[in-house]
Amino acid sequence: MNDTTLEARFSAADYKSDYKPIWCPGCGDYTVLSSLTKALATIQRPPHEVAVVSGIGCSSRIPAYTTCYGFHGVHGRALAAGTGLKVARPDLTVVVTGGDGDGYSIGGNHFMHACRRNVDMTYIVMDNHVYGMTKGQASPTTEPDWDNKLAPGGTGIRAFHPLVIALASGANFIGRGFSGDPNGTAAIIAQAIRHPGFSFVEILSPCVTFRPEQKGWKEIVRAAPVEPTDDPALAARRIMTDDGFNIGVLYAGHRNPYPARVGSATRSVADLEREFEL
Amino acid sequence: MKTTPQTLDEFMAVALAMENEAVDRYTDFADMMETHNNGDVAKLFRTMAGYEAKHAQHIMAQMGWKTAPAVPRELVCWPGYESPEAAAVDEVHYLMQPWHALQLALAAEQRAEAFFGQLAAMTTNEAVRAAALELQAEEAEHVGLVKAWMAKVPQPDSDWSDDPDPPRYID
Repeated sequence: MNDTTLEARFSAADYKSDYKPIWCPGCGDYTVLSSLTKALATIQRPPHEVAVVSGIGCSSRIPAYTTCYGFHGVHGRALAAGTGLKVARPDLTVVVTGGDGDGYSIGGNHFMHACRRNVDMTYIVMDNHVYGMTKGQASPTTEPDWDNKLAPGGTGIRAFHPLVIALASGANFIGRGFSGDPNGTAAIIAQAIRHPGFSFVEILSPCVTFRPEQKGWKEIVRAAPVEPTDDPALAARRIMTDDGFNIGVLYAGHRNPYPARVGSATRSVADLEREFEL
Repeated sequence: MKTTPQTLDEFMAVALAMENEAVDRYTDFADMMETHNNGDVAKLFRTMAGYEAKHAQHIMAQMGWKTAPAVPRELVCWPGYESPEAAAVDEVHYLMQPWHALQLALAAEQRAEAFFGQLAAMTTNEAVRAAALELQAEEAEHVGLVKAWMAKVPQPDSDWSDDPDPPRYID
């Protein structure tokens, strides 16, 4: 359906709760929230048919700031909770959110296996290359030479490449957004939600408190100069060779999603008990 | 913006989207400042949001629209990603003062003025050109008003961002 001809029942404001975010002023996560609500308004699913699931960290506060059902879960386990929810309630649109520390370090194993399982849900990672909530430790995506008092001279450890890992692990949709491009990011999120299977959207979201130099990202991000591909080998080459600042949809594949059983939510407890009978 | 509006309706829809994005941004800023106990600046941003909302309502009334029309995405892909009239999201600070807020507003109004001027110069549709020139003149007036407002508020001291108990303790 064409977005411009769809009769809009829900506006972006309908997906925003009355709770005011407590992020630092200037944080990129504000506009990611705005992009998410705009994307949901594009999709036009009622808020009660959408669940936003998160782990722990600054960005993981997002469920409370939406009017959708929300689950603010355990550190690194947002994808596990989201997977369980989607399998139990395939009728819901499940959006899992979090940061780079939560998703790639504490939840790194869940990340790979969520890509592999290809359950029909969307994972949004607000990547600021730092643990902000715990005051500025290096995260998996931190540059090896980021010099600070907690890691003098830098960690010296090669940064994790989430898009490559996602592709290699089987994610069916891979995109990269930038918080300074709220409308473009909203379009990527909407596309990710609509795409069957596991969709992964990494959003560069500057931390103005612990990584103020990231304000410079707006000078270097650019629209990826290529159309999305469905060829994983081509996508791998592109993603492996880019500098991390090409934004857009980079891969949209055709893997069949994990076949969650439609209608399972209507089964009774007695039905479930029967399945466990010896 | 990657595509130029071809009709007056399209152009006014873009102008409305621009005003609405400015309302959202100022409202977000006001909320941020309230959360961080910066009441003076929160009030100022709330006022700016109110002004932008009035501009949006004016466009709606002028066009006889009851609800905001859907705008094709290619028309709201702004130059530099952000709507020209939306103040830069990463330029706010929890200790900022009214002068800083007005400085952001001034830059936003100047961008909007330039945007409409550029659109008036580019379009081949006379109705669009006339409307763009009218809005450019309005934005120029806003630039003057914000400058006059700035002259009335104290300029911040050089140490305005010093915080004896900063959130960032690692420096």
